[in-house]
Amino acid sequence: MRPFTYERPADIANATSAGSVPGARFIAGGTNLLDLMKIDVEKPAHLIDVSRLPLSEVSETDAGGLRIGAMVSNADLAAHARVRERYPMLSLALLNGASAQLRNQATTGGNLLQRTRCPYFYDTAKPCNKRQPGSGCSAMQGFNRMHAIIGASEACIAVHPSDMAVAMSALDAQIEVRSPGGAMRTVAIDELLRLPEDEPQRDHTLSTGELITAVTLPPPPPGKQTYRKVRDRASFAFALVSVAAVVDAEGGRVRSARFALGGVAHRPWRSLPAEQALSGQAARHAVYEAAATVALTGAQGHGHNDFKIPLATRTVARALSDVTGRG
Amino acid sequence: MSLLERLTRRGVLEIAALLTAVGSTTRVYGQVPASPPEAPPARPRLASMQIQLRVNGTRHELIVDPRTTLLDTLREELGLSGTKKGCDHGQCGACTVLVNGSRRNACMSLAVARDGDEIVTVEGLAQGETLHDMQTAFVRQDAFQCGYCTPGQICSAVGMLAEVKSGMPSAVSGDLRATPALTAEEIRERMSGNICRCAAYPNIVAAIMAASAGRPT
Repeated sequence: MRPFTYERPADIANATSAGSVPGARFIAGGTNLLDLMKIDVEKPAHLIDVSRLPLSEVSETDAGGLRIGAMVSNADLAAHARVRERYPMLSLALLNGASAQLRNQATTGGNLLQRTRCPYFYDTAKPCNKRQPGSGCSAMQGFNRMHAIIGASEACIAVHPSDMAVAMSALDAQIEVRSPGGAMRTVAIDELLRLPEDEPQRDHTLSTGELITAVTLPPPPPGKQTYRKVRDRASFAFALVSVAAVVDAEGGRVRSARFALGGVAHRPWRSLPAEQALSGQAARHAVYEAAATVALTGAQGHGHNDFKIPLATRTVARALSDVTGRG
Repeated sequence: MSLLERLTRRGVLEIAALLTAVGSTTRVYGQVPASPPEAPPARPRLASMQIQLRVNGTRHELIVDPRTTLLDTLREELGLSGTKKGCDHGQCGACTVLVNGSRRNACMSLAVARDGDEIVTVEGLAQGETLHDMQTAFVRQDAFQCGYCTPGQICSAVGMLAEVKSGMPSAVSGDLRATPALTAEEIRERMSGNICRCAAYPNIVAAIMAASAGRPT
């Protein structure tokens, strides 16, 4: 590992101030950053340990939602009584991610900002536009079984690896961010995480020194929730495709539905037209498949990952059916 | 290679100076060379840091390179080689220890980030010559072949039972709000962060079942 200096600031103001220095990086659980530093993909000159900042509370908001401190561990969040009761898709998404050891260490803020597991991003001997802008994308013509089928660009077909973020996207999570000047802003999760376009080196829209301090969930949407993940192993594997879904149905009709896909794009994939198309429709498998097809409009495989398009369609339909019963 | 051998000579001399200042509670392993420093290295100056860890009940004051992981600190600085290095990337679980009672991959923490924390390794589970119930169960159930993953499996299993006791659900728990039951399926899911390349899994599950039921023998 390359040399770096390390500090543990006492408060958020000192953290963001230190974080605005070029070469500085925040570290919390470190389960992704430290891993990437060991293989010389991440090369911070200075680490700012934010893991002990007072951001480990989960509290109810006046609006009837939940405010989750950025340092709440993935395990604590999954086990939180309110999350299990009112946001079960989030609990399930978290519990389906990583291993128990990693969930104990990884944080809410860090989970959002974890980097892709594209093997070419990890391989410093290969071109990768995300790691080295302008060098090319090795995955496009390479082994791309795990890669994106939608929202990708010529520059990058990497996927965002988080399960948690998929559920948070379906729940319309808002991300609280503190800037070095002390200002606080809130950004929707789908605006925090971005598509690669021609700048795949940018995973997110935060500026230098900005620190995620919390994630706020609005009150849970009506209906039943689920999280369905398809992967190569039964446990401790990244998603080929995952779906976080909530459907409010009565008398065989869908009143409202929301779903987000993981494993298919550079960020969790939402499709408002697909969700709107479900309103008032019969709660049937064929209807769900049609909605999935709308959500995946424009999907394109790159060879090894062609299978993800039908898999994503079926996984959406299955997830929606699971919460409304088969039809 | 020890930590000190990995440091530049200038860094070593800085540590020597620091040691003088820190006093007698500091434990440092390795030789401090007496020769004068050569030209300073071209890379950034190493800023060694003083930390405190309580490991298996014993307090240690250490001077560490910020790059050193908790795993390397345990093995190479404190001589606790029971904690194993498998992948060094958080994927195999061989380095699992308990940090403030919670199971973690020791390879995925910088030692400096664990300053002040309470660590229990496999060496800290037994009471003298009396094995921990989980260790006894692993022996009785023949829950290993080569044994390399075993310390991590055992520490992980101890942490896992505490999680179940606290009501932590898992991905296979079904009803998230119910008190989780410790079935074989639950154990396999909850232990998926510990890989056994000899595939001793059936006996590992049996050992954990036995230990959790309080009948390790």
